[in-house]
Amino acid sequence: MAELSFGRAFAKGLSEEMARDPNIVVLGTDILMRGGHFGQVAGLGEQFGPTRVIDTPISEAGLVSLGMGAALLGLRPIVDLNFQDFMLGAMDELINQVAKWSYMSDGRLRVPLVIRASDGAAHGAGPQHSQSLEGWIASTPGLRVVVPSTPADVTGLLKTVLRQDDPVLFFMHKMLSAIKGEVPDEDVVIPLGQAAVRRAGDDVTIIAYGIMTSYALQAADSLAIEGISADVIDLRTLSPLDVQTVVTSVKRTSRAVVVHQAPTFGGFGGELTSIIQEQAFDYLDAPVVRVGARHTPVPVASILQEAVIPNVSDIVQAVKSIC
Amino acid sequence: MDYDRRHVVESMLQQMLFIRLFEESVEQDALQGMVQGGVHLSIGQEAVAVGVHHALQSQDYVTGGHRGHHICLARGMDPRIMMAELMGKATGLSRGKSGSMHLIDPDHGILGLNGIVAASIGIATGAAFAVKYWQRSDQVVVGFFGDGAGNKGLFNESLNLAGLWNLPVIYVCENNQYAVETHVRQSTAGGDLSHRAEGYGFPGITVDGMDPLAVWEAVTQARTRAVNGEGPTLIEAQTYRYRGHDVGDPQTYRTKDEIADWRERDPIEYLTQMAMANEWLDGNTITALRESMQREVDAARRFALESPDPELGVALQYVYSQGGTGWQN
Repeated sequence: MAELSFGRAFAKGLSEEMARDPNIVVLGTDILMRGGHFGQVAGLGEQFGPTRVIDTPISEAGLVSLGMGAALLGLRPIVDLNFQDFMLGAMDELINQVAKWSYMSDGRLRVPLVIRASDGAAHGAGPQHSQSLEGWIASTPGLRVVVPSTPADVTGLLKTVLRQDDPVLFFMHKMLSAIKGEVPDEDVVIPLGQAAVRRAGDDVTIIAYGIMTSYALQAADSLAIEGISADVIDLRTLSPLDVQTVVTSVKRTSRAVVVHQAPTFGGFGGELTSIIQEQAFDYLDAPVVRVGARHTPVPVASILQEAVIPNVSDIVQAVKSIC
Repeated sequence: MDYDRRHVVESMLQQMLFIRLFEESVEQDALQGMVQGGVHLSIGQEAVAVGVHHALQSQDYVTGGHRGHHICLARGMDPRIMMAELMGKATGLSRGKSGSMHLIDPDHGILGLNGIVAASIGIATGAAFAVKYWQRSDQVVVGFFGDGAGNKGLFNESLNLAGLWNLPVIYVCENNQYAVETHVRQSTAGGDLSHRAEGYGFPGITVDGMDPLAVWEAVTQARTRAVNGEGPTLIEAQTYRYRGHDVGDPQTYRTKDEIADWRERDPIEYLTQMAMANEWLDGNTITALRESMQREVDAARRFALESPDPELGVALQYVYSQGGTGWQN
């Protein structure tokens, strides 16, 4: 076990996979020497050199499209888009091209392309560098969405992603970049579509992912003081989605709160809520409650940002409203 | 050289004739509603795909846009399986999931046609990136696109990357004068699109896209450059579609005279005259050739018509590479 930051956990997983598979290359801005703006490929430039750790221009559409063309031939490119907001410059490539090639070729071609990007609100990052767009991507048939919450999951999920053939968006919350956690030294892979139960409880199920997992755990701590015990589920991947873990827990607790940092309206939480009512309606003792951001862009001033994105107390309040 | 030229001319003529007859057949069926979805015919543009094909090797890759039947047939796609795909049949290339605009055939290096203007440029650039990464010494990628694509961002982003990294890619712009209904002069600043290559540090040339030999020559040079590590080339082929943007287009945006003027330069007529003037082929041989091509087209059509519809389960297959969809409902 080594204690690594979120970013370094990505570098560790990638380094091990690149050593194993010569077809993995990573492309992005400021990665060869700098190691990326979040330390996510630190040291890889020295280890693998400029033919595999490739500094690029700022060219989102060009790079995602290039990554796709290379992936069709069997290369395994990781295109690092830096901020998730910049992915919008490549939405045609992601949604119209990358997502559809397996289907339109009837399985004769595959797109083993990984897009890494940092998402979510960070103090002062503002409306164009703070978004949580995972639900939009998760709704697109043909794409996979990974949203890790711990350094160990970053490494383990990345290893899996680089050993399968579907296009994956690997979203890492920027406020998790510096958090540290134990990462196994050995080769541990975490399957896609397998949620983690981070805390066991009987009174309510809190379903979260990414950074909101830690908020949910903090909320569960304070709820415990008041005698409410919460099951906290960390989805880890949105596509594929581990429905079974969610539904099994809700059938047991009879109450559910769904949490994400994206706006509540139109967010992935609505999908989770619908799944729960479709598959566990008879077990519910209360409506499923959603906790998400207000329906606004994320403002720059910290005090305003805090006013629109969900916090620990919002989760506590949501749970109390149904318990 | 004369023998080679004769051989090439005969081969080109044969391919162009076949493509023309194939598409005329598709057009009739499309008008009868037997072809699924939009159909964008390349009739008039055959010389570009056929000229390019003759300059390529079998290991080379191509991508194309929405108007790409000619590219697929030139590169060797099985006309029966292709016709079945156009008609949405179980025997089609993708069992009815791709249709005319998104034909994909990896066995013939066809990485895909594309319903989104300019997308083919970026995918070709990426394939060339992989070719270069693996240091494959005798392989290139051709990205076909239309004049409308030259004004999109991806054209510029991709040409920059290809120029920057010296990728073995040949960009072939089929300038058929119209992006849907808009004439290239109403959409494009700075004259010939080929001039834009200069800004990215590699050659761009404009060729007569009604002359398959001119296209062949230009692509042959571009391929040599690419495999010698000298990087990309942009070739703008000036051509014309005799038909509308798609089958059913009322064509209010151009005159019959304009179409007639371009038809004067018909590539099939041009090579037929050349072959006859050189006494490589005579009228009887050409008639016989045409009849045999027509029989092959008819056979492809019959194969497609007699093929069954796909099982409905096909619609749920290969959303993901393991074969299924991501959600059951």
